[in-house]
Amino acid sequence: MPVTRGFSRRPGAPEIPGERLPPGQFATPEFPVLTAGPTQHTPLEQWSLSFQHEGRIISSWKWAQFTTLPQTERTTDIHCVTKWSKFDTHWRGVTFDDLMKAAELESPVTPYVIAHCDGGYTTNLPIADLRDGKAMVVTHFEDKPIAPTHGGPARLLVPHLYFWKSAKWVRRLEFIPANTPGFWESMGYHLRGDPWREQRYTGDP
Amino acid sequence: MTIAGVFHEWQLATAVAIRDETPFVRTIAFTLPRWTGHLAGQHVDLRLTAEDGYQAERSYSIASAAEEPASMEITVERIVDGEVSPFLTGELVAGDTLEIRGPIGGYFTWRPNLQAPLMLIAGGSGVVPLMSMLRTRDRSMIPAPAALLYSSRKREGIIYRAELDRLTAKNDGLTVTYTLTRESPSDWQGETGRIDERMLKTHAIPAERGPVMFVCGPTVFVETVAEHLLRLGHPETAIKTERFGPTGEHS
Repeated sequence: MPVTRGFSRRPGAPEIPGERLPPGQFATPEFPVLTAGPTQHTPLEQWSLSFQHEGRIISSWKWAQFTTLPQTERTTDIHCVTKWSKFDTHWRGVTFDDLMKAAELESPVTPYVIAHCDGGYTTNLPIADLRDGKAMVVTHFEDKPIAPTHGGPARLLVPHLYFWKSAKWVRRLEFIPANTPGFWESMGYHLRGDPWREQRYTGDP
Repeated sequence: MTIAGVFHEWQLATAVAIRDETPFVRTIAFTLPRWTGHLAGQHVDLRLTAEDGYQAERSYSIASAAEEPASMEITVERIVDGEVSPFLTGELVAGDTLEIRGPIGGYFTWRPNLQAPLMLIAGGSGVVPLMSMLRTRDRSMIPAPAALLYSSRKREGIIYRAELDRLTAKNDGLTVTYTLTRESPSDWQGETGRIDERMLKTHAIPAERGPVMFVCGPTVFVETVAEHLLRLGHPETAIKTERFGPTGEHS
């Protein structure tokens, strides 16, 4: 790798890429906000989360119903494709596995899901990246309701992938037969987005 | 518009020209072995490697006009306790090399053949990708009507001031309004204070004219402006935003 003359690590830089920090990332205690458009504000009485297949809603939970589903807490590191990582973030919500159970789906309808959000954002995910406790729909961050700027009332949490996959303001999970690109994925970002393989952009290995 | 299929390989870029924009902001022009131009609003990733192998990556918005394959410019604001921006604004000299890949991003972009009025709203160094749009517009055959509303803390911190004034003086449908939030010099002709609804009503292209809008700046700035624009009747889909958070290393 070509050395950049005169560049060195800032003394006291807290974390360098390694076991905990994926390549090309830096750790920050802040929680930056990155969104392609205005923040969404959906009143809870109008909120619902749905499973969809072939255009049909196959399961749907209003807010009051959603909050009665089994709650899971999770502390995890998150990694944004814009290079920041944040350690030990604490979330609460419902795992994708528990949503499947609540929807009485024994096995996934299709191998892929595309998440649809208020404001029109979408992102695609293989079912394999959602099951076995890998993903949740979260409503609480650090024991408080998630702020609208950070995706409240509910966002996806898929922390082993770059954070654009953890879609803010998620409302509908559509089962799809093929891995169709979502919003950023159709604009040059990687179809899967594994931070440990540095899959930032289209064509990254 | 999709740029799927483009592989963003790392290229060894050479800094060919460096100029100070303000006491804290510097523009760097690079040449790259395989650069085929970009869309106004896109960014690049930079990768710096220390002698001990330590690497740092950051994203920077492209400042130069689109479709200019000869060289590519970024404008960098020095973040005092940063790692990359102090290097870029202090240590780097013409002739130095570092790795760059891009251009990246397909949403926060503008093409000059869009004839809808162009409304740009910038906070601080958020002006950088918007400047690429204005420079691109300046080179187009029929420039779309455009307005820039640009908030800076102090007069000395206004980036691209001379060039913006030159572009405005062409009288080709561009208006630029500056506002200062931390000082109000006695001879100041522009606005003062944070961008609010009154300022947007006075200086922004109204919703009836159907502008496309790009808002770029710190998170709170973008949140506030976007909320005002929605209240003034602009449709959500017409407002494209790019925020940089408190880590500040983005632009």
